[in-house]
Amino acid sequence: MPSDPKGPLDGVRVLDLSRVWAGPHCTRILADLGAEVIHISGRRLVGRRVVTRETAKILGTFPDNEPGERHWNRNVLNNDMGRNKLDITLELDTERGVELFKRLVKISDIVIENYSPRVMPNLGIDYPVLKAINPAIIFCSMPGYGPDGPFQHFVSYGTTIDPHSGLASMMGYPGEEPHMSGNAYPDPASGMFATGAIMTALFSRHRTGKGQYISLAQAESGAALTGEASLGYQLSGVVPPRIGNGHVRKAPHGAYPCKGDDKWVAISVGSEVQWTSFCDVIGDPEWINDERFRTLEGRMGNQAELNQLVGEWTRDRNAYEVMRLLQDAGIAAGVVLNADELMNDAHLNERGFFWKFDHPEAGFQTHAGQPIRLSETPARHYRPAPTLGQHHPYVLGELLGLSDDEITDLEETGIIGYTPLVRERYPRPS
Amino acid sequence: MATVSEPGIGALAELMVLDLSHYVAGAYCGKLLAAFGAEVIKIEAPGVGDGARQIGPFPDGNPDPEASALYLYLNTGKKGLTLDLASDGGATIFKELVAQADVLIENFAPGVMESMGLDYATLSAINPRLVMASISNFGQSGPYRDYRADTMVEMALSGQMYINGDPEREPLSSTGYQPSYQSALYAYSGIMAALIARDRDGKGQYVEISIQEAMASEHQFTLNGFTASGKIRMRSGNRYGSVHPTTILPCKAGEDGRPGLVSLGISDPTQYVLFLQLLDLSELLDDPKFSNPQLCAQNQVEFDALIRPWFMEHTADEIVHALQDNRIPAAFVNEVSDVLDDPQYEFRGFWKEIDHPVSGTRRYAGLPYHLTEAPPVYERANLLGEHTDEVLAGKLGYDEGRLAELHEGGVI
Repeated sequence: MPSDPKGPLDGVRVLDLSRVWAGPHCTRILADLGAEVIHISGRRLVGRRVVTRETAKILGTFPDNEPGERHWNRNVLNNDMGRNKLDITLELDTERGVELFKRLVKISDIVIENYSPRVMPNLGIDYPVLKAINPAIIFCSMPGYGPDGPFQHFVSYGTTIDPHSGLASMMGYPGEEPHMSGNAYPDPASGMFATGAIMTALFSRHRTGKGQYISLAQAESGAALTGEASLGYQLSGVVPPRIGNGHVRKAPHGAYPCKGDDKWVAISVGSEVQWTSFCDVIGDPEWINDERFRTLEGRMGNQAELNQLVGEWTRDRNAYEVMRLLQDAGIAAGVVLNADELMNDAHLNERGFFWKFDHPEAGFQTHAGQPIRLSETPARHYRPAPTLGQHHPYVLGELLGLSDDEITDLEETGIIGYTPLVRERYPRPS
Repeated sequence: MATVSEPGIGALAELMVLDLSHYVAGAYCGKLLAAFGAEVIKIEAPGVGDGARQIGPFPDGNPDPEASALYLYLNTGKKGLTLDLASDGGATIFKELVAQADVLIENFAPGVMESMGLDYATLSAINPRLVMASISNFGQSGPYRDYRADTMVEMALSGQMYINGDPEREPLSSTGYQPSYQSALYAYSGIMAALIARDRDGKGQYVEISIQEAMASEHQFTLNGFTASGKIRMRSGNRYGSVHPTTILPCKAGEDGRPGLVSLGISDPTQYVLFLQLLDLSELLDDPKFSNPQLCAQNQVEFDALIRPWFMEHTADEIVHALQDNRIPAAFVNEVSDVLDDPQYEFRGFWKEIDHPVSGTRRYAGLPYHLTEAPPVYERANLLGEHTDEVLAGKLGYDEGRLAELHEGGVI
């Protein structure tokens, strides 16, 4: 490996108008791989003006639950998404804001946004306009339902895309309603599709010299990730039922209680050979000879009783101990890790998965690293997340050649700034 | 922006990809490359093929290795080659193909490629421009390297399972294959990044993806809450914890007679005010228990009881449109079968009709994105060994005699 490896995306400049998680997850990867990602925010959208200690405690994402004087720079959620990126503010509903944005488009490679589809045209910076300025620009729009169609204006989040796309139908306690992901899963999943699409377009541009427009619908991401099930329904006529942690061809298969408060181990016994090994590990108790459990068919048909008996074996044991005993016998098993256990997981840490950052306003924080591991041009963590507007001097001064006076004027006229602006609140009914 | 311009040449048409995948992770990655025109050669063991052929679901429940939905969906657009990699002849043929290939994808357990003498060091010596991607459950190193896993175990060991489900019941995994799908997407981006670097640096590289790391990198509050304040994110049922009503609620049954369900995603104070106005419950804003979505989240059960009468008077269709007309996030709660009839997906042409000689014409999920200059192509999955002779004759110049010999020897 060269001593100073170059990221694969060195020299690629990204204008990132995206918010919340789906788009930022994508641009986080691009930044980790060496792209110069300039996050651009309007200050009305940065967040509320005041975060109280009470709210901070509910969210839990401010260091030591202390929002501080500039809470927007201390929110670890934003700082996780913002690592390796640069930040400027720009009010795009002003003429000067739009003019500066267009100048940036001229010297950039990628624009990404996840606004509702009406926003970019209303601001006068939709793809046809930007393409005229820079024909090589790659422009990725990723609204919830896509930029066209009867639901194009639907307001959506990962939490509503989840049930709409069919994803949530694949999770739930036996016989109960679809269950939402506890993690707004469609957000990062859509971000992954956007990342691949953008890099495909970049690869293509190296050959054709032309940019292109990428339209991504987050709702379609969920349906693409359950494509085997929708095709399976057409072939078999069966809608996948909700079966908790059960499995259509394996038993025992589930999460079993372990020693301690809310400790669980997931166990998946996948074959007859594994069943024999499993019985051996748990000490060949009397009940395994019960007629009901002798065959896979029997175990599938008597899962409630089987799970009860397996749970009696796990209940007084440490979850890690159960995982090791079973894995050593060739049986898939894993501790149901909580946040603490995940961050301290021996395997992830030995692989150097987590990245530590020293942020000027949020202090030392540990974040998930980059799963894309490249042998010659590895992903790197080289810069903590920016503070709001931190890179005005570089982006507006160095890249666009504005003088200090011009930048000061932009500050004084509110086109750029360093603090959130109060959002117009919907008037309270009298 | 509804129109997609005239189909251009596939963005990846120049690439030759060897796909040694089985089941989901490697296969979906290869499918994505094939969708943009890459020549993806799926290499399967003679006779049995990819294990996904045994999984289903099958037409009317009758197992058929050429009609497994899992295989059919994950291998669209590929060419099928059978090759016994464990045989000397097979490994030699494979290396001859590697010499011409741009990309190799494999998702065997760690150590398997090495045991066949087909590790990256060996293959990159044959072809220094090769980009090789390995996807595995826990990566190629570390204490869990040889651990076994399926979807549930990956969900458990990536911290995703603990946060799904009711707090008073066991944590929930999902059916389906989300961890494998995500690792496929990381591999796809990793391969594209390596190809972009190859354009500049002239050489290939090794792309290593761990399914556990893919899922562990997809947390929002979990890891961040812990690093910031030591908070351990707990599961919160069909709700989203810190804000409410972000949830799935019962409502009046629709025309199909199934129990009514609707999804709400209210997290913003403005949306919350509008929602209460619509339900004629604005007085709740003056109640310290319900004055904003965060406080509402602390009193969810009581709140749900207050809004329940209105929901039971309206169908999901009425609720979604009434709320969305007021810019309040709401959505349908669909089974996978419902999504096939959803008008939004229909409008965008998401479902692709693909014919297959064994399983017939079916509607396949497409990609969730369009590229105007390089739209994806959708073609059916290969049959087992369908293109064996074509590939070996075309790529390696094997004549009929040689092919017959290999068939007889069980190498192909």
